[in-house]
Amino acid sequence: MSAPTATLRSEWAKLTTVRSTGWTLFAAFVVTVAFGTLVSALSNSDYDSLSEQEKLSFDAAGTSFTGGLLGQLAMIAFGVMVIGSEYSTGAIRSSLAAVPRRGVFYLSKVAVATGAALAVSLATTFATFFAGQAALGSHSTTLGAHNVLRATFGAALYMTLMAVFSMGVATMLRSSMLSMGILMPFFFLITQILASVPGAKKVAEYLPDQAGAAMVRVVPKSDLPYGAGGGFVIMLAWVAAALLGGYLVLRNRDA
Amino acid sequence: MIELAGVTKQYGEKVVVDDLTFTVRPGCVTGFLGPNGAGKSTTMRMMLGLDRATAGRVLIDGEPYARLKEPLRRIGALLDAKAMHGGRSAYDNLRCLALSNRIPLARVDEVLQEVGLGEVAKKRPKGFSLGMGQRLGIAAALLGDPEIVMLDEPVNGLDPEGIHWIRTLMKRLAAEGRTVFVSSHLMSEMALTADHLVVIGRGRLLADTGMQEFIDRNSRSSVRIRTPEPEKLRDALAAAGITATEQASGVFEVTEAPAERLGELALEHHVLLHELSPQHASLEEAFIALTGEAAEYRTGTSATATADAASSAGPDAPQTTGTES
Repeated sequence: MSAPTATLRSEWAKLTTVRSTGWTLFAAFVVTVAFGTLVSALSNSDYDSLSEQEKLSFDAAGTSFTGGLLGQLAMIAFGVMVIGSEYSTGAIRSSLAAVPRRGVFYLSKVAVATGAALAVSLATTFATFFAGQAALGSHSTTLGAHNVLRATFGAALYMTLMAVFSMGVATMLRSSMLSMGILMPFFFLITQILASVPGAKKVAEYLPDQAGAAMVRVVPKSDLPYGAGGGFVIMLAWVAAALLGGYLVLRNRDA
Repeated sequence: MIELAGVTKQYGEKVVVDDLTFTVRPGCVTGFLGPNGAGKSTTMRMMLGLDRATAGRVLIDGEPYARLKEPLRRIGALLDAKAMHGGRSAYDNLRCLALSNRIPLARVDEVLQEVGLGEVAKKRPKGFSLGMGQRLGIAAALLGDPEIVMLDEPVNGLDPEGIHWIRTLMKRLAAEGRTVFVSSHLMSEMALTADHLVVIGRGRLLADTGMQEFIDRNSRSSVRIRTPEPEKLRDALAAAGITATEQASGVFEVTEAPAERLGELALEHHVLLHELSPQHASLEEAFIALTGEAAEYRTGTSATATADAASSAGPDAPQTTGTES
């Protein structure tokens, strides 16, 4: 049983010595900010064509976070590759030979990657907020406005938790390709489709991305049974389930 | 010291490793021999706690692997050359391992120099040849300066110079009093390096014996005699009470007497000899004979070849190289 701090240092070294870490996190930042700013600029120029009702419920902060829809895919890729690359390269055997206590190994890896994801998510959401507000011109809001700071942190936490959720899924599936093949279409297509099917709509409301969307909203959606706090709790439950599933697979399967 | 007691691994109905009990001792090279698919790699993975044994246990210096503190300082293993992250430099791969077991980072440079990868330390193993990957895996095994070194098929992919290097390395490690456990499917390779042999086939223990003992027991030697005067020779041998098998016209095989004695006899009886040569059955044949029935994967043709080699195993039998398919 190697000391947990030694394992943490080792996992940090692993994270910072592969290129995929840099480019997935960089992509998450760039895509989120660029897309958020673009949507904000378009909203600004189209604002006058909105109906009175739409103008009243216009969410300036939420508009600047729109980029997160695409940026989260890069975060998912980050979470998947942190774990999946151990399996695809066979490095998992060296790793577990070095740290045979699998719980310590898993916790350290997830903790280090979560820290990195959180730092990048915070930088990303604040950057996209300010860039988006600048693009919104006269229709912008400020961090001091009601619920805006909470929504900004909500957006950062959502991005981070998507990465952590993906780590759990990748540990269960033990493959980058398989995890990406399931997670990407799931968050891009399936939740949208489910949400538009009447019967499945109630279920779809509790999927991670819907819960996450609630965390980012300044004005709660009236037809959703929970608010930002509820969304956070639902998201945490998904993440906990994925991590637990990953742990059970890691603990019980042969490496 | 590695102790296995009743170690069994089952995948569903299939028993891959069947009740293995043996001990790997320090101060010598123990060869772990068996045909492909005999369960060698599975056994080694169980020793490292990577695969869970269905039954039985493995103790490393009296403790299960999972309980070892900083295991890389106790036991270093090369399982397969590709157990490294291809996108992380050779140096960084080893640095990550070193950090997890609090091994001084100076060791990373040391072992990279030792295996001859000093110049490509900053390169990523993705572009490495099989031989270089193997060297990197060996560097990882030596990283913690462990008392036990375990190598799974280390000569795979190495060039002749590399093979010579790994043999010397294993002997040196054993001479330093370490426990060296090395697997191979090649008897010829083991004969050159191992002091002790553990042979398995179909997951079962077939032999656990000293190398010299194994050689003495299994290498039948005989003398081949060729003469244009077979009648005279047969009489001469009969007079001395020596039986000979006539393999072809004028070609005899004698197992009961050494070449010197047969030469003297021929001289006494004025028999003209065209050939008088000692023959040794190869260890490879002994190995094939031992594992013949236990071989797991064989094509129809090589099964026949193996059976032939096993049954004749005589001086005229072809020198099979033991690359079973």
